Amino acid sequence: MSALWSELGPYLALILCGFLPNEVWRWLGVIFSRGLDEGSEILVWVRAVATAILAGVIAKLTIFAPGVLATVPTSVRLAAVACGFIAFVAIRRSVFAGVVAGEAALAIGALMFGN
Amino acid sequence: MSSAGPQPTSTLAAYLAGLRATWTSVFSYVLFGTYIGIGALAHDFGFSILWAVLSTVLIWAGPAQVILISTLGAGASWIAVAVAVGLSGVRLLPMVVALLPTIKQPATNAWKLVIPAHFTAVSMWVEALRLLPTVPRENRIAYCNGLGCGYLVTATSATVTGFYLAAKLPPLMSAGLLFLTPLAFLMSTLRNSRMLVDFLSIGFGLVLGPLFAWWELGLDLMWSGIVGGTAAYMIHRFREALQ
Repeated sequence: MSALWSELGPYLALILCGFLPNEVWRWLGVIFSRGLDEGSEILVWVRAVATAILAGVIAKLTIFAPGVLATVPTSVRLAAVACGFIAFVAIRRSVFAGVVAGEAALAIGALMFGN
Repeated sequence: MSSAGPQPTSTLAAYLAGLRATWTSVFSYVLFGTYIGIGALAHDFGFSILWAVLSTVLIWAGPAQVILISTLGAGASWIAVAVAVGLSGVRLLPMVVALLPTIKQPATNAWKLVIPAHFTAVSMWVEALRLLPTVPRENRIAYCNGLGCGYLVTATSATVTGFYLAAKLPPLMSAGLLFLTPLAFLMSTLRNSRMLVDFLSIGFGLVLGPLFAWWELGLDLMWSGIVGGTAAYMIHRFREALQ
């Protein structure tokens, strides 16, 4: 019994703690979008909410960094995001340029100021 | 290649056009890097390769997977893990609500929307909103499923790669892979921004997200979305009323 549990436990956790609590938002989205059409004024608001949540995720991942990223000083992470943003604006709003510049700044900063 | 894109005529052609669009998308590279990090994380916390792959296919949301793996692996209670994952997934609701009205037709059965809804993640959402205007409406569901499948295949192969690379990744590289998500999310959201309301939403969310989290408000992401998004929308309406 306990051998079976140790085999299947993680998969049950994946469904109950990972899949369902995440997927339920997508299902609710399907329900709430019924009756809305592309031109609905409310969609401008919904998109604004989605964008603001996304920006919140971005800032939280940068400031309260997960895993080994937390070993890079917060100031380096913030400066690296700023470098990425500057490169993005300077190089024709290129996502690629912004990501590369941000990653390079993070690596240089971590090597210079990390422990 | 022309930027106007092909005009698919059949469902299959539209699906393949969506699939092909992912090959030249910067998100494929970002997803590959991100999911190498997630595969390595799953390995380090002692999960199996099958578990890691299933988490990518079933959850299909980077931040939720990072939370699930690190909290479950650290021995947190199932309830606490489910709540943390559920809170990180709030963003999917408004994203799905914003996307589906642009791809469905009056007669579309709701069940046909469950699959594009499952594929909805930041990568697919941002690219779909950018590319869909060039796709005829009757082909948009298939096109979105193609986009989603393309990204999912990339992410799944990266999960496997990361799982087996885990022991060989230097810490600085693992840190860099985890850093890909906030960088790519920020740049792609900025690139898709056209109107004042978009830029205001980004600005408010960037400030309110960490502020509400720091105050330990609970449901901080949801509140930063509702407060930040509503404020941005009201400024947008006020400005329109003035003109």
